[in-house]
Amino acid sequence: MNRHDALSEIKMQIMWNRLLAVVEEQAQTLMRSAFSPIVRECGDLSAGIFDLKGRMLAQAVTGTPGHVNSMAESVKHFIAKFPVETMREGDIYITNDPWQGTGHLNDFVLTTPAYHHGSLVGLFSCTSHLIDIGGIGFGPDANDVHAEGIYIPMLKLAENGVINHTLMEMIKANTRMPVESEGDVYSLAACNDIGCQRLSEMMDEFELTDLDNLAHHIIENSRQAVLNRIADVPNGVYRNTMTVDGYDHALDLVATTTVSDVGIHVDYDGTSPMSKFGINVPLAYTTAYTVFGLGSAIAPDIPNNAGSLGPFTVGAPTGSILNALYPAAVSSRHVVGQMLPDVVFGCLRQAVPDRVPAEGTSCLWTITLRGQVAGRNDAASVTFNAVTNGGTGARPGKDGLSATAYPSGVRGTPVEITESTLPVIVWRKELRPDSGGAGRTRGGHGQTIEIESSNGAPLEILAAFDRIDHPPRGRDGGADGAAGYLGLKSGEKLRGKGFQDIPAGDRLVVLTPGGAGLGDAAERAAQSIESDLKDGLISRDAASNLYGHNVD
Amino acid sequence: MRTRLAVDIGGTFTDVVIEHDGTRRTTKVLTTSSEPERGVMQGVQAVLAEAGIGAGDIDMFVHGTTLATNAIIERKGVVTGLITTEGFRDTLVIADEGRFDQYDIFIDKPEPLVPRYLRLPVPERIDPAGGIRLALDEGAVRAAAAELVGQGVQSVAVGLFHSYVNPVHERRIGEILREEYPDLSVTLSSEVCPEVREYERLSTACANAYVQPLMARYLTRLDKDLHELGLACPFFLMTSGGGLTRLETAVRFPIRLVESGPAGGAILASRIAAECGLDRVLSFDMGGTTAKVCLIEDGQPETARTFEVDRAARFRKGSGLPLRIPVIEMVEIGAGGGSIARLDDLRRITVGPDSAGAEPGPACYGRGGTAATVTDADVALGRIDPDRFAGGKMALDLDAAASAIEASIATPLGLSGTMGAFGITEMVDENMANAARVHAVERGKAVGDYTVIAFGGAAPLHAVRLAEKLSLDRVVVPTNAGVGSAVGFLRAPVSYEVVRSRYMTLSQFDAQAANDVLTAMQEEAEAIVRAGAPDQSLVERRLAYMRYVGQGHEIVVPLPVRALTADDVDLLRQGFVTEYEKLYARAIPGADMEILSFALTVGTPPDAPEALTSVADGALAVPTGRRQVFDAEQDAFVDVPVYWRFDFAPGARIPGPAVIEENETSTFVSARFDAVLNSGGYIIMERRAEAAKEAAE
Repeated sequence: MNRHDALSEIKMQIMWNRLLAVVEEQAQTLMRSAFSPIVRECGDLSAGIFDLKGRMLAQAVTGTPGHVNSMAESVKHFIAKFPVETMREGDIYITNDPWQGTGHLNDFVLTTPAYHHGSLVGLFSCTSHLIDIGGIGFGPDANDVHAEGIYIPMLKLAENGVINHTLMEMIKANTRMPVESEGDVYSLAACNDIGCQRLSEMMDEFELTDLDNLAHHIIENSRQAVLNRIADVPNGVYRNTMTVDGYDHALDLVATTTVSDVGIHVDYDGTSPMSKFGINVPLAYTTAYTVFGLGSAIAPDIPNNAGSLGPFTVGAPTGSILNALYPAAVSSRHVVGQMLPDVVFGCLRQAVPDRVPAEGTSCLWTITLRGQVAGRNDAASVTFNAVTNGGTGARPGKDGLSATAYPSGVRGTPVEITESTLPVIVWRKELRPDSGGAGRTRGGHGQTIEIESSNGAPLEILAAFDRIDHPPRGRDGGADGAAGYLGLKSGEKLRGKGFQDIPAGDRLVVLTPGGAGLGDAAERAAQSIESDLKDGLISRDAASNLYGHNVD
Repeated sequence: MRTRLAVDIGGTFTDVVIEHDGTRRTTKVLTTSSEPERGVMQGVQAVLAEAGIGAGDIDMFVHGTTLATNAIIERKGVVTGLITTEGFRDTLVIADEGRFDQYDIFIDKPEPLVPRYLRLPVPERIDPAGGIRLALDEGAVRAAAAELVGQGVQSVAVGLFHSYVNPVHERRIGEILREEYPDLSVTLSSEVCPEVREYERLSTACANAYVQPLMARYLTRLDKDLHELGLACPFFLMTSGGGLTRLETAVRFPIRLVESGPAGGAILASRIAAECGLDRVLSFDMGGTTAKVCLIEDGQPETARTFEVDRAARFRKGSGLPLRIPVIEMVEIGAGGGSIARLDDLRRITVGPDSAGAEPGPACYGRGGTAATVTDADVALGRIDPDRFAGGKMALDLDAAASAIEASIATPLGLSGTMGAFGITEMVDENMANAARVHAVERGKAVGDYTVIAFGGAAPLHAVRLAEKLSLDRVVVPTNAGVGSAVGFLRAPVSYEVVRSRYMTLSQFDAQAANDVLTAMQEEAEAIVRAGAPDQSLVERRLAYMRYVGQGHEIVVPLPVRALTADDVDLLRQGFVTEYEKLYARAIPGADMEILSFALTVGTPPDAPEALTSVADGALAVPTGRRQVFDAEQDAFVDVPVYWRFDFAPGARIPGPAVIEENETSTFVSARFDAVLNSGGYIIMERRAEAAKEAAE
């Protein structure tokens, strides 16, 4: 290699590193300026840079695997609608179309063409979850997507630097929280602006006029690295079926995973058809969570881009719940979509058992409440999402994590913040002993949560929970995790999905599921059992009956 | 001239600095971890002997230490219990329910300092407005206390919900504990961290409780030893927030002492910024294992209220235990001289976060280390003279450096050894530049026109490249860069910051309530500062942490130092909009704003620094020799003159490229920069006019 090539090799590496820093900066800008609590407290956002072919070059590492491929796909849709030769500096494109974006109307996707000395060189895209977009509110009760809120096709939010105020007025008129929604749209726009600016500075520094060589370098190196990892996985066809609660009846999620020299393909043939309710999943979102599961097990340290994601492909039958079609209701698509890493792990454990955990809670247990707030004159009621979680599945050699989000990476909401924002008092939020499935390694524990209205007015819950009828299943002799539960303190059991009232004076009781155990509980280290006993995380009965431990 | 003494205990070395009769003397002794006061006394006696004075001649003593931090990291604190609100026994474990690494299935979360069997709930409940929803069950408190003491607990944290609004239940529990167990150490969360967000507050309270008895014993012993040596002056402790506090406060809230060393470095940089008349400074501290970057504006380092200690995954945000205390805000990454370079699966060069440390150290130390490090790359590129490292006390092995780089980087990539070395330094400099850039964005700033102030052993070698990458035009390398933190201690004001949460929206602004909180805070801070500065005039700073209603991140809005009136709501609104636009360009029309917390600092005014000048008098410095050094901008080895820093006088000019050597470090001046020695003896590197113009084009 001559010195010129050697230098360019080093420069390529430096520039790749820089692009990752640029998208990180982009995401930080969004997180810090967002209004939507689920974005700023929980990190429900995504940001990335794309070349002019719509190939993703770098993506910020944020809390939402659901945006992994879906945002990447959406940029391709934008380019199809607004061909690159028609783009102008100062344009911003927007949509919340679940099938062209990231799977439900709450996610607004903005794409901004990036210019360098007057030439179009790339695209920045970002997405975040807006707290209210009108319709019946964030929950699975709608029967079609139009009941779920405002539907924005692919439009120009700005043209040549001029904001489309008509569109902005339409957005504001179609939400219960117009100020916050407008603020969130501006915050998305600002985050892409930062990316464009930094990219241009980098191109000056490295004397680039386009990103072609850099894109090739990133994509080819990443693709090869992932293919090398896949080569370590035994070729074969691995099948798994998982049953989940669904809305009104149980659903089968059926996966066939084919590992070959050219990649890993997951096909969901045999999966249940679409639901009448808003738990349907557009294919882009199915792909996102499937690829997240594959990536975590096979290539966790390789950054996301068109090259690293390319060898992982996904298919699902048209009209199945994992490839739902317009106008299906999709608001709570995460409830089913977040199950998919566990479905994929069930396939992979037949090939690489040491790399994947037992089943866990999988979907977030986001408690969405509506209540009346004194002193707010801009809305009669306020909606609040308190993100909570159950336990994750036991891991080879390690216990599962208690009260931890997986696969979603969003963070939980502090109780003191919940109580300061919404007229509720949380009487209990602590670990739920005996909920983690017994095993050589134990599942993570779920939580026990009790919530009451604090101002004498009733509350409404917009429930979207799973794993109530179908708890996480134990693996290799490990026990199942405890099932989730939703009810009132006075005794009534509530449904896992849909609007329900919590009368004033009564308490909502939520038990989040425990993760499943892995391996024979009799093989668990006595020291671990004793430590769990001392901490009150397992009962004496469990120690003796499930683990065969002498408790005397 | 006052005589001042400073001691900084670090993980490896204890640095001692004495300033007497306008002369500064420094020494380094090994830290004696089991009884740190032994190392301190040894170092103090050494500098006193050198200065030819007695302990009684010292007018001021300042101490900073990482002992509290190390006790937490090594889990060597005392057996600690927690009494908390019933229903919330697991707040420390539930934490934020997140994972610090999205893709790694096998992460370990940080172990809480207090295990579950020592976290005991008691019935009581206070709401966010301070109302008592459930009275405190004192019988349950007594039972819990008995249980904890029976389990061998020596220190108890009390952390109840919304105690930052109404601490009455926490205080009552404190009374009961002291009444029944006078020897027990007690930390109330409402005293150590009166702020909203239960996990951070309880984590801070438990950490304080965990180290309190240890720190109290250590500080008391040291105080006694120094007293016996004849020291009669006040004893100050450096806090993480950059102020000095008296022993009594440090003993109560030792958690405020974590990160005091780096805070000292930032104070030093602030002082240099003031001396050199620099408004915007990027302080760059690069040592053996980490690099730290801190932004300083108008002589004030950026401050924050959260710090993470004991990160399970090094330098990974979210993998540590959060402490909500006033800190000087800095970003720290695993990029130091000893940081190890290797190739990842994508054949990318990665540097750090792990370090070869001092043993075995970089390959060129010849102590058996085989990993290629940043120092090895600096040797291979000619930036470090292998024969004059550490003042010639330690010869470096150039061949060992070259073979380590070839084996792990160059050969697998098909590059020459030099190119491999260049790849390592480029990557580490890039990582530091990226960290600085993202850090600035997180603080709502852009580093565009900042000056780099470089200290720490490795910083002077890498500072100019960092400046080039950030398009900065000026770098300052001060004297005594190797003991920067301890020198910084001597420049810190006696000051104390109090932060309290008090929620109110501006549409329902309650001036009386704000004044009540601020007055109480002022009294608390002034009482603490007065103990250390009984006669001096004091300055006060008041801030509000505000956001739009519904937003998550607060921004800092300055408040006038006087009682607020109802009319001040406009001032607050305007102040918020001004700060918001600085951060995010666009304010949101019509949105209501809310105040979450207030911060109030009382302190002595900083000494007016002597203004330093840096006019080149035209004299060119004379090199002591020449050697081949690789220059990044020219992509080639170039014949570079080498200078001895103490050979020439202020005003002398050194055109780049050049290497300026001294005992603890070397400064590399690139071809695009010139260096001049200012009147304080600091090296000032400035981008040459033509180079500056090129960069702008």
